[in-house]
Amino acid sequence: MEILFALMAGLLYGCGLYLLLRRSIVKVVVGLILLGNGTNLLIFTAGGLIRGRPPLVPPDATSVSPPYADPLPQALILTAIVISFGVLVFAVALVYRTYRALSTDDLDALITTDRLGEVPEAAHAPMIPAVVASETNREEG
Amino acid sequence: MGLTLVLPLLIPLVTTLVLFAVRQRRRVISHGIAIIGATLTLLAAAVLLADVWTHGIRVIAIGRWPPPYGIVLVADLFSSALLVVSQLVSWATVVYATAWMDPDRERAGFYPLVFVLLVGVNGAFLTGDLFNLYVWFEVMLMASFVLLVLGVERGEVEGGIKYVSLNLLASTFFLSAAGILYGIAGTLNLADLSVVLPRLDPGIVTVIAMLFAVAFGIKAAVFPLFFWLPASYHTPPVPVSALFAGLLTKVGVYALIRVFTLLFVHDPGWTHRILLVCAASTMVTGVLGALAQQEVRRILSFHIVSQIGYMIFGLALLTPLGLSSSVYYLIHHIVVKTNLFLIGGLVERTGGSSRLANLGGLDRIHPWLGLIFLIPALSLAGIPPLSGFFAKLLVIRAGFAAGTYCAVAVAIVVSLLTLLSMLKIWNEAFWKEEGHAPSSSLQAKHSLRLVLPSVLLALVTILIGIAAEPVLTLSTEAAEQLLDNQAYRDAVLGARSAQVAYTFPGGGHA
Repeated sequence: MEILFALMAGLLYGCGLYLLLRRSIVKVVVGLILLGNGTNLLIFTAGGLIRGRPPLVPPDATSVSPPYADPLPQALILTAIVISFGVLVFAVALVYRTYRALSTDDLDALITTDRLGEVPEAAHAPMIPAVVASETNREEG
Repeated sequence: MGLTLVLPLLIPLVTTLVLFAVRQRRRVISHGIAIIGATLTLLAAAVLLADVWTHGIRVIAIGRWPPPYGIVLVADLFSSALLVVSQLVSWATVVYATAWMDPDRERAGFYPLVFVLLVGVNGAFLTGDLFNLYVWFEVMLMASFVLLVLGVERGEVEGGIKYVSLNLLASTFFLSAAGILYGIAGTLNLADLSVVLPRLDPGIVTVIAMLFAVAFGIKAAVFPLFFWLPASYHTPPVPVSALFAGLLTKVGVYALIRVFTLLFVHDPGWTHRILLVCAASTMVTGVLGALAQQEVRRILSFHIVSQIGYMIFGLALLTPLGLSSSVYYLIHHIVVKTNLFLIGGLVERTGGSSRLANLGGLDRIHPWLGLIFLIPALSLAGIPPLSGFFAKLLVIRAGFAAGTYCAVAVAIVVSLLTLLSMLKIWNEAFWKEEGHAPSSSLQAKHSLRLVLPSVLLALVTILIGIAAEPVLTLSTEAAEQLLDNQAYRDAVLGARSAQVAYTFPGGGHA
C-alpha cells in the first residue's frame, strides 16, 4: 500500500513539474495544484499507513499502545488543503486578471518587468480603463 | 507571563478586524487606526525584547498543551530583536502610506492587508514549530500576494504571476520537507527535533536540510533562486515595495538561520559549505544586476539580493562571530532597505519619473532629500560611521577568522560595487544638471508624513552606527543563544515538566 501511495505522489510531482514548465499560465496553475496534492499524499504516506488502529485510549489504559494511526499527519494535510485551496482561488483570480489585462496566457509575453531600460512606462499604464472602472464599481457594490 | 509573547500577534490581528469594519467609512479614521495599531505593535515588540533581555528565552504553550504535543511560541533574543526592527519599519511604512496611497487601493483593503502581513511576519518570528512556521509563511504570503496586485496595472499583474508561482513552489518544497521530517523524526517541534535529529541517519537528514535550504532559499532570494524578486518588487506602489523589501526576504533569512543553527548542524562541512558558495554568488549576481539597471527601484531591488548574501555568509561560517554579524546585518539591513525604498518613492514623486535618465537636479529643489538619501545609501555601501560599516566589518572579520579568504574578497569588492551603484543614483538624480526639469515639489499638506518616516529611519541608521556598542552586544548575545541549543531545548521542553498535573480532556493522563 505504501508503494502505491509513494508512486502516486511521485506521479503527481512529475506531472506538476512538467506543467509548471509549460508556457501557458493556466497550465502552471494546474501544475501547482498537482504539486500540492502530491505533497499531501507524501505527508500522508510519511506519517505511516496503519489500518484499523484508531488513536483512542482504551478505558483501562493511560495511553494508546503503538502501532496506531497517527492523527497528526491528517491534521497537517487538512490545514495544508485549506491553505492551498485559498491560494488556488487567488491564483485562478490572478490568471483571469492577467488575461483581462494582457489578452494572453503566454508566459513568454510577460517579460516587461524583467527588461532593462525602455518599456516601464507601458508597464505602469493602467490596463483598459473601462474594465478597471467597472470592476471597482462592482467591488464597492 | 505569556502576554508579552501573544501581544505582537494579537494587536495586528485586532487592528485588522477593526480596519475591515471601518473600511467603507472616512479615510481619516482608517489612517488613524492604522497608525495607532502600528504604534501599539511596536511597543509590544519592544516590551517583549526587554522581557527576553532580562529573563532569557520566553516560551508559551498555546492552549496549555505541553510541548512537544502542543503549539509553542518561543521568543529568544534573535527573534525578538528582529520583531522590534520589523515593527519599526512597518510603523514608518504605515505613516508614509497614509500620505501616499491612492483612495482606490485603500478602499480595496490596503491597511487591513498590511496588518495581516504583519501577523504573518510576527508569527513566523515567534513560532517554535515547523508546521506553524509554514502556516505563518502562508498567512504572510497570501497578504503579500494581494498587496502586490491590488491595483490592476500591467506591471503589477506580470510581477504578481512570477512572485505567486515561485513562492507557491517554495511552499510546496517546504511542506514536503516538513512531511518527510515528520515521517522520520515523529515530531515537528523545533526543540524536540533538535533532540531527535542527531540520533537519525545523517544521510536522510542532509537531504531534508537541502530541501529546506531550497524552500527558504527561494523565499530569501539567494543565488540561483532569486530571479522572481527583481521581476516583481518594483511594480507595486512604493509603500508596498518598501514593506516587502524590509520584511519578506528577511523572514526567509530568519528561517534559514533558525533551522541551520538549531536543526541541521550534523554535517556543517557539507551543508554550510553549500550555503557559503550560495552566499558569495548571491552577493556578486545581485550587485552586478544592480549595476546594469537604470531605474531607481530596480537598482534597489537587486541590492536586496546582494545584501542577502552577506547575511547568509555569516550563517555559513557557523561561528559566534559569524552569527552575530548576521544578526547585526539583518537589523541594519531591514532599516536601511525600507528607508531607501521610501526615499526612492520621494525621488520618483518629485522628479516625476523613476528612470535615472529622466531625473536630474533634485538637490536644487530639495537639498535635504539628497541628504536623507545619502545616509542610507552610504550605510548600505558600508561607509563609517554608519550602521552598514559595522555590519560589513563584522562579516569580514568573521570571514577572516574562519579562513574563508575568497568569500571575504568577494564581500569587499561587492561593497565597493554597491557604493558605485548608489553613487550612480546620486549623480543622476541629484547632481546632474540636465534632464527634465523636476516636475513638482512635494505638497506641503502631505510632506510631513512622507518625510518624517525617512528622517526617523535615517536617524536610526546613524544611531546604530555611532552607538553601535549596544546593538553589537545584543547581536553577540543573540548569536550565543542561537549556538546554545541546549538552552533553547531547556526553555521549550522544560515547560513540559512545569505542568505536571495536566490531564487530557478524555480523562487519560499525559
